[in-house]
Amino acid sequence: MPAGLTARDVVVRFGGLHALGPASLAVAAGQFVALVGPSGCGKSTLIRAFAGLQSLNQGAVYIDDQPVRQPSPRVQMMFQSANLMPWRTVRDNIALPLELAGVPRHEREARVAALLPMLGLEGFEEALPSELSGGMAQRTALGRVLVARPDVLLLDEPFGALDAMTRERVGFDLLDTLRDAPKTVIMVTHDIHEAVLLSDRVLVMSGRPGRIIEDVAVTLPRPRRLDMVYEPQFAEIARAIRAAIRF
Amino acid sequence: MQEVIGRDRQLTAEDGAGVASALRGVALSVARRLLFLVTPALILGAWYIVAENQWVQPFLLPHPFVVAERFQAVAADGTLWRHTRVTLQEVLIGLSIGAAVGVFLGYWIAKISLLETLISPIVVVFQATPIVAYAPLLVIWFGSGIESKIITCVLIVFFPILLNTVTGVRGVPRDLRDLMRVSNATRWQTFRKLEVPAALPVLLTGLKTGATLAVIGAVVGEFIAANAGLGFLLNTARQRYDTPLVFVAAIALALMAGLLYIAVTLLERRVLARIGR
Ligand SMILES: Nc1ncnc2c1ncn2[C@@H]1O[C@H](COP(=O)(O)OP(=O)(O)OP(=O)(O)O)[C@@H](O)[C@H]1O
Ligand SMILES: [Mg+2]
Repeated sequence: MPAGLTARDVVVRFGGLHALGPASLAVAAGQFVALVGPSGCGKSTLIRAFAGLQSLNQGAVYIDDQPVRQPSPRVQMMFQSANLMPWRTVRDNIALPLELAGVPRHEREARVAALLPMLGLEGFEEALPSELSGGMAQRTALGRVLVARPDVLLLDEPFGALDAMTRERVGFDLLDTLRDAPKTVIMVTHDIHEAVLLSDRVLVMSGRPGRIIEDVAVTLPRPRRLDMVYEPQFAEIARAIRAAIRF
Repeated sequence: MQEVIGRDRQLTAEDGAGVASALRGVALSVARRLLFLVTPALILGAWYIVAENQWVQPFLLPHPFVVAERFQAVAADGTLWRHTRVTLQEVLIGLSIGAAVGVFLGYWIAKISLLETLISPIVVVFQATPIVAYAPLLVIWFGSGIESKIITCVLIVFFPILLNTVTGVRGVPRDLRDLMRVSNATRWQTFRKLEVPAALPVLLTGLKTGATLAVIGAVVGEFIAANAGLGFLLNTARQRYDTPLVFVAAIALALMAGLLYIAVTLLERRVLARIGR
């Protein structure tokens, strides 16, 4: 079951640096929210807070009204870098969350194998991260968050290292996965097109210290299609978002 | 018919060329592998020439054949092995204990900064003091047997291993630690599946340094007071102006240190290959 996410007046400081907040937001269970904002405004810090990795100076974050004090098994996070273990093969990197949860080997391998076609990594199971392109490494990281079937996905610029074509394809593949197994998603991105194309809502953050300054509903119907990009409605939404961001 | 023969001949000629070039390839690769022997051979040759022409007095630099004969003699009557065994024992036990202590302390120092504040002053003072300064004390406390040498070994070995362990464990990327945390890894899982493989390459470098230092530690201990060991053999030979025997003991020590280094290097390669580095 997907979970609702809430942040209330979250403030994070790093020493003297006021990095984030006060930021408040609420994401309904099963919603796909894109988070955009200028570099250094605290996007990563905010989703690290939801992951239970970031201690807060003020406020609190909640998963289904439960305050987050430590990482929850219902949440998986994809880091801004691919963040793979260089000594593990693609298969073993993807399987890591299952391995840590004590899932037996044959089941791990079956679940990884089921993911590989969507990730476009067939035939690379035995490759080491040093043998992968940047895009393949990021797809491996995407596999690692999906394999554990979490209720909440926190994605920090997940498709940053992909070329435009692969980016769209993997984005749509992700939407397909979500249709079969709904999840609540917060995705940080710098790409307004991608934000509109994939999400239900786009939250715009101010410059540091980041606050939520705009909340744009994406009213495009689902399932999404690539040619929606050419619809006037798409352009309108994208324009509203672009106007709100002060890079 | 003639044409066929002609083609046959041509084929044989080509085949011959192929075999020759393959042989040349094999010879080249063998030669490259044996390249490390060039420097020792040159040194041996120079030694031979100097001794043969008596450019240096024999009691300073004995003839290589004299040394070889002496080597054979002490090897045959069991003397060499008896002393080698003692030193080897000291080195291996000292290295094992030193490595264990170094890895253990290093790991906790890397994790707990309070521990670093408490322990580092002693460690640094110990390290800055030459081992020969406190080796005599160790002999007074622990006797002239094998124990005092093992302790000398431990003391000289554990520091580089501790330092490399600290560097290795501190060098684990923050994002990978966070990954383990979001995946709800236990402390033990984080240790086994992240810290060990991430820190192992640096740690094994420390073990290599430690292996060579261990031989030094054992010999220093044996120089001060001992009744067996290669250091002891070397020292008594020196007192008797038995220069060939000094050479024999020194060569045996060099061989031991070299073989130990090779063993650790092979271990390193196997371990790194197994964890996919
Ligand atoms: N561990 C840390 N220690 C000190 N400062 C930090 C730390 N993490 C982040 N910061 C600072 O906090 C601010 C927000 O960082 P954050 O990574 O959340 O930004 P971001 O919005 O994700 O930026 P980008 O789009 O470039 O990834 C930045 O100014 C950054 O320098
Ligand atoms: Mg970021």
